[in-house]
Formats: sequence, structure tokens, C-alpha cells
Amino acid sequence: MADARGQKRRAGLRLWLPALWLGALVLAALLAPWIAPKDPLAQDLFLGRLPPFWAVGAEPGYYLGTDSLGRDVLSRILHGARIALVVALVAGTLTCLIGASLGLLAGFLRGWTDLVISRLIDIWMAFPPVLFSILLIAVLGPGLDSIIIAIVVIDWTRFARVVRAEAMAQGAMDYVASAQVAGRGRISTMLVEILPNVLPTIVVLLTLEMGIAVIVEAILSFVNLSISTDDPTWGGMIAEGRTSIHQAWWVIVFPLITLFLTVLSFSQLGEGLKDRFDPVLR
Amino acid sequence: MSYLRITDLSVQLGHGPRLLRGVSLSVEVGQVHALVGESGAGKSMIGKAVLGILPRAARVVAGSIELDGVDLLQLPPAERRRRIGAHCALIPQDPLTALNPSRRIGGQITDRLVDILGWTRARANARALEILSEVQIEAPERVLRCYPHELSGGMRQRVLIASAFAAEPKLIVADEPTTALDVTVQKQILTLIAQLQARHGTAILFVTHDLGVVSKVSSALSVLYGGLVVEQGAMRDFFAGPRHAYARALLAATPSYTNPDAGLFPVPEAVRELVRGEVTASDRRWDYA
Repeated sequence: MADARGQKRRAGLRLWLPALWLGALVLAALLAPWIAPKDPLAQDLFLGRLPPFWAVGAEPGYYLGTDSLGRDVLSRILHGARIALVVALVAGTLTCLIGASLGLLAGFLRGWTDLVISRLIDIWMAFPPVLFSILLIAVLGPGLDSIIIAIVVIDWTRFARVVRAEAMAQGAMDYVASAQVAGRGRISTMLVEILPNVLPTIVVLLTLEMGIAVIVEAILSFVNLSISTDDPTWGGMIAEGRTSIHQAWWVIVFPLITLFLTVLSFSQLGEGLKDRFDPVLR
Repeated sequence: MSYLRITDLSVQLGHGPRLLRGVSLSVEVGQVHALVGESGAGKSMIGKAVLGILPRAARVVAGSIELDGVDLLQLPPAERRRRIGAHCALIPQDPLTALNPSRRIGGQITDRLVDILGWTRARANARALEILSEVQIEAPERVLRCYPHELSGGMRQRVLIASAFAAEPKLIVADEPTTALDVTVQKQILTLIAQLQARHGTAILFVTHDLGVVSKVSSALSVLYGGLVVEQGAMRDFFAGPRHAYARALLAATPSYTNPDAGLFPVPEAVRELVRGEVTASDRRWDYA
């Protein structure tokens, strides 16, 4: 009994800690222009490579130090959250909608629908994803919408594969047969009987995908294929910080920690939500 | 007057083997007809064919399934689904997978009443409460709000039975309804089905591999082997003296409650050889046809 309660508390932490971090991040993104201590784009070569506030030689007001051009690291991280979160939410949701729908259709309707979608997945997965995304951005041109399109185009198979397998397993259950005997049509069976049972899996995948989207955006920024270099992004900061890692570690470490915590939070949030969703564990 | 009449039904798996080889049987109004046979004999396939839930790869290649004089196989799919939904029900084998884990019990019982019979929610809910107390479930109001995992296996099977009888169907296919339950619960469930059947006058197609189970509830039976009906008739006649060698062997292989020391006799290889020969012969006729 006590053990079960302990487990429940841990599951709660798993849900609330990530939610807290992501909530703070959303606030930071929304309020960035007002809460950022400095202008994230303002350069001041006299204030270049200032260390964070606890180190010797720190300037008041520059809490996490400055980069080699004298731009405030904290302000840039706060502003970078905007792009990271937009990419996570929009790309994650679109990928989920497209991939999960196709997976559900393939897994439940089977037949030629499944044949077409499965072959499409096979072909898609034969492309190396990083190369594919770089190619896509090169064709579409850099920009926020290009990144989102690239993520959706590349990653829908992740949802489609898993949801298809899950829908197939659910479709073989007796309750589906019972529903059909009771006169339920195919599409209605899929939406009312199958979908709620696949939903926990979809939610976990969605949060994972949001984390992946943040990483992909950072990777593309890192190779300079993301947004115009004016807008601060975490990946861009990491790329710039790399060149001065020996002189100013804080320029690369703080955006890295932020990125790490964000991606971790997304995946843990998914696990926490799954426990919350699962009627058997609930 | 027979309510369900199956004539010369053949079901084939893709272009492979036939799962049912020209099965004919009829179930009278209010009669329990048992389908017996070992695993793979095709007994479940008959029930699935009637209810239109054959596995994807299997299809009906010949024969007719008349429900109340109308051949279901000739109806357009939507009309067939509506007719089956209104007049037939299924008591499935495994109570653990036969209820949707993410939906409350109430909705799963009332769906059919609302969707097919066009009842109001309130009337359907009242009916659900009534039928749940009829299967001796205490606190039916609470059960209606439960998720399946909150109920025991025996309770779930009761819920499934209630759900099957809720719309007063004329025909129920009971697909090994007691196989997944432990022995003490088996007896209760069997008695319950028999009671409800008698009270509601429902015809039941009772699929089982356990002769002991059906001897008490059914009045007619078909013995299947390899998708072929090898013996058919009244239950009384069958126990008095089965005509076919396989049926005799099957009866000898059934443990007896009254004489537990009588021993069990597996079906002799010679008898298997005999029925296999009949199965092959029927396929040869089929190929020429």
C-alpha cells in the first residue's frame, strides 16, 4: 500500500516537474521582450565575454554573462525559447496529426490502404533524415516555416509506424468484434473504439516529438540552416559558443543546459501523461 | 420454424484451404444449438460468418445464411449490419478483451440500444440497469459507471451476457463463453445463460469444445471436424447413441462427473483417418464443382 503510494508520488513528480519547467519556458517565451534584462541583439564590444554573475569580473545586469560580441546570454536564451517552443508545438502537432491519422487508417482498415501507407513509410525511412532535412531546407530556403515543414515531412513516419501497430493490435480485440455486431460502422468503430485506446501512445509520441523538434531546430541552427542569424536561437548560440569554448564556456553551456532540460521535460511529461491517461493504472 | 438456416456454407481462407466445407444447419426459434468439435474444426467460424465478423482473410465462397427467411449474404453491407445489430448478439470468449478498456460499462451496453434501436439515452440506461440486475449484479448503478478493469473476470462475463440480452435479440452466438473462466465461475455463468435463454426465448448458437458444458443447456447439436458437419441431430439422440464414429469417439473422450474412474479415451487414429478421408473427399467434390 505504502509502496503503491510512493510510486504514485513519483509518477506525480514525473508529471509536475517537467510541466513546471515547460510552463516557465512558455511564460519566458511569451514575456521575453518585457522580462529579458537586455536587448538580445545589442552588441557592445567593450562588454564581450563577460562571465556569469558569480565569477570575478562579472558586470551587474548580465546574469549569465555575454558572448564574444557582448550580447547578453540570458536575454538571448529567453528570446530563443520563442522559436524553440513555436517549432515544438507547431511541428510536433502537425507531425502527430498527419502521422497518427495515416497510422490509424493503415492499422485499422488494413487492405490496400495499409499496403499504400506501409510502402510509403518504407520508402520514407530509406532516406537519411539529416541529409533529407538539409536538402529540404536548401530547396525551401531557410526560415521558420521551412524548419516546421522539414520536421513534419521527415518525422510523420515515427507516428504512423507505432500507431499502425497499436491500431492493429487493438483491432484484433474481441471488443471490436462486439461493437461491429452491435451495428457500428467501420469509421465509427475506428474513432470511438480504437482511437481512445491508442491515444495514450499518441500523447507519449507527441511529447517526444516536441523534444525532437527542438533538437532538430537546434541542429539546423547549428549548421546555419535555420532562421536568419539575427533572431537568437539556442542552436545558433551553441554554434557561436563553440568557437570561444576555451575563453567563455558560459556562452555554450547555458543554452545547452536549457536545451537539455527542455527535451528531457518533454519526454518525461509524455511518460507522466501516459500514466495519467491509462485507465488500468489510473 | 427455424429462425436461422445455414445452407451449404463454405468459407475459404484467401485462396488457401476451406475452413468450412458445405455446412448446413438450422436453429429453431428459442432453441439452443451446440456446435462441438476440437480446435480448428471451424465451429467458431460458423458463428463469425453469421454475425459478419469473419477474419479479414476469410470469405464466404458459397452457401446462404438465412435469418428469419432473409439471406444475409445477399443484403447490402449497411442493411446487413443493421439487421444483425437489431436481432443478433455475441457473447465472446474472453471477457478480458471483450470490453473496451477505455470506455465505461454503461456506454458499452447502451450503444446498440441507442444507435440501432433508436432509443433515448434515458430509456437505454433504464434498460441497462434492469438487465444488469437480471444477471445478478449488485449495485448496477455503480457498475454502469465502472471501467472494465475495475470488475473481476466473472463480473465482466456477466456484463457481457447482460449486454448481449439487453436488446432482446432473437439469436445469440455464444463463442465458448465459459472457456476463459475458472471452473467454479463456469457453472454459475452457464446456469445464468440457461436462465436468461429460457426467460427470453432466445435462440442460441452455442460454440464449445466441452460436451459436458452443452449437454445441460442445448437441445440440438452439430459435431464438426475439419469444417465438415459429421453428425447432427437432437441432443437426446446423440447421447443415446451417436451414429458417426468420430462423434462416438468424442463422447468417449468426455470426462464423466458421475463415473470419474471410467477413464478418458483419446480419439483413435483410425477414426481420425476416417474423418480426414471424408474431408478430402468433400474437397475433391468441391474442386470438380
